[in-house]
Amino acid sequence: MAWWKYVSSRKIFWPLVALAVLMAFNLFFTPKFFRIEVKEGHLYGNVIDIIKNSAPIMLLAIGLTLVIATKGIDISVGSIVAISAGVVAMLLGGDLLGVPKYPIWIAMGTAILVSVLAGMWNGMLVSRIGMQPIIATLILSVAGRGIAMVTTNALIVWLYIKPFRIYGQGYLLGLPFSLYIIAVLLILTALVTRRTALGLFIEAVGINPTAARFAGINAKNIIFGVYAFSGFCAGISGLIVCSTVMSADGNNAGAGYELSAILAVVLGGTSLNGGKFYLLGSMVGALIVQTLTTTIYAFGVPPEIAQVVIALVVLVISLLQSGKFRTMIAGFFGKRELAI
Amino acid sequence: MKARFSINSRNLPTLFTLGLFVIMFAVGSLSFPGFLSPQNFLNLFIDNSYLLILGVGMTFVIISGGIDLSVGSVLAFSTMLSSSLLEKSHWDPLLVIPVVLLAGVALGLFMGYIIQAFDLPPFIITLAGLYLARGLCYVVSIDTIGISNQFWQDAAHAQWNVIGQNFISPSVVIGAVVVIAGVFISRSTKFGRTVYAIGGNEQSAILMGLPVARTKVMIYGLSGFCSALAGIVFTFYTLSGYALNGKGMEMDAIATVVIGGTLLTGGVGGVFGTVFGVLVYGTIQILIVFQGTLNSWWTRIAIGFLVFLFCLLQRVFESRKVGKAKKPEAKVPAKSPS
Repeated sequence: MAWWKYVSSRKIFWPLVALAVLMAFNLFFTPKFFRIEVKEGHLYGNVIDIIKNSAPIMLLAIGLTLVIATKGIDISVGSIVAISAGVVAMLLGGDLLGVPKYPIWIAMGTAILVSVLAGMWNGMLVSRIGMQPIIATLILSVAGRGIAMVTTNALIVWLYIKPFRIYGQGYLLGLPFSLYIIAVLLILTALVTRRTALGLFIEAVGINPTAARFAGINAKNIIFGVYAFSGFCAGISGLIVCSTVMSADGNNAGAGYELSAILAVVLGGTSLNGGKFYLLGSMVGALIVQTLTTTIYAFGVPPEIAQVVIALVVLVISLLQSGKFRTMIAGFFGKRELAI
Repeated sequence: MKARFSINSRNLPTLFTLGLFVIMFAVGSLSFPGFLSPQNFLNLFIDNSYLLILGVGMTFVIISGGIDLSVGSVLAFSTMLSSSLLEKSHWDPLLVIPVVLLAGVALGLFMGYIIQAFDLPPFIITLAGLYLARGLCYVVSIDTIGISNQFWQDAAHAQWNVIGQNFISPSVVIGAVVVIAGVFISRSTKFGRTVYAIGGNEQSAILMGLPVARTKVMIYGLSGFCSALAGIVFTFYTLSGYALNGKGMEMDAIATVVIGGTLLTGGVGGVFGTVFGVLVYGTIQILIVFQGTLNSWWTRIAIGFLVFLFCLLQRVFESRKVGKAKKPEAKVPAKSPS
């Protein structure tokens, strides 16, 4: 059984099992779930949709994984998505003939820049002023909605600029274009954190900031950096959200994304207590969240009620991560420790 | 005289807030005709009594060193539940109110139990609670439910004269009762003192033999109760239940508590300060209305900025305290590479 021990001890194993169970459930209960067709050279089907729809959450999860690894949290990402979408929409303009006000790259660059600034603001509050992450990011999560609404003059801005479509709706070599963006960002992040000492530094800060400081790590700058990076990821996510629906709605863009993204990260095996992170796991986590949502929709449940299920899953996952809960369950089964 | 002042320095944040309120109200009175009137002042309470009630519950949570992000959603759920029970099930109002309050308490106790029993961070559990309660709203009904019940109508339209022609609404009275009860509970009951002890240092509180576990669960129950009551008061304004009510209101509630001088790190603060926090919040809102050209979303931005400002102040106060306590060692260059 050596192979079993090897496979089950891989960090990616349990998230994949969860995804497989969900998929298997769909195989039996949702008709045509796995049907993939080729239309106009693109792949179509539920599975492709799941990948496409989970793109914004995946992007948020990349940034959030690093934040949570430092024992922080960022609940402002949903609002930053709205700000980014609002900025890009206002700069492109709602011209009916599809002539952008400013070149697309300037609009997108500005949106990402504003998002990074928003992330840096969070980072400053947490690392320099020493606020609790939840309060610091709560400020932006609420004020950020206001900023997004003020940016768009409290209107929903519709876009008619064809080339901007590609980021959310386009395909490359038969696969959704957003997938390539995620792949590039994921690989770069993985390289920077795992091929240099940066990842270790981040984990060290998450385990014990004071100890990390005494070990010569600039904890403040690391914390500042991860929040700025989270803002960056949220900015790109906002561009994709805006491009997918070709509109920017300050009130609803990215609403509730923070919970889905946190769930994705936690499902992927990153602990809320900080100190370890797992980027690939977060991606699988995002897929699980999206598959779960799609499955709930497939049963004809309204999207609003799907929140209840997501919230319950968050509760269950948090419980599973709690040491006390594990000992309780283990005691229930008469064992000292659970295998998980 | 000097000794007296140093005692008062504990109330410094509250005095600061009071000063801020007076200045803001004065600026409003000077800039806009009709701003300075007894009724406009009373309106602050009439328009924000639900926030006052939320704030009182939140004050206890924050003094204990926790946080409750679910209050806005529980408020919305309470508006949905009460309107649905009244209009669709035709229950008696005297039965609806206790049931709705019980539902709020139950939600709060549930979250409190999970936080306490499994040692989980309050923000993640109450964040899940936020979405849970919001989703439950839609389980009750997707659409807005209007309330035509006579009792509710009376409560919504009643105006009680206090000074001459100036009036208050029943909501103000409910808010006042909650504040007085809150002040009493926090200062003069075992529960209230335990809340402060937990916020000061949980380990010490346990070692002192205080019922920490029970109190922590009850704090979230209390916050759930306040949220549900605030929901009922909220329906007195809107006469309807709507699932999107109170979106982002958790921030407003936290803001009023923080502006009222309660430390986010727990252990310091009080219910009374929260009243001033609500007054400051209300004044910002009226100022933006009187100003006229700014859209109402600026309130959110202004509140966010105020919270930032007060958190900054709190940090300054704290670092001063720490600086004073550690002064004898200050000569040692203990600066680390950061």
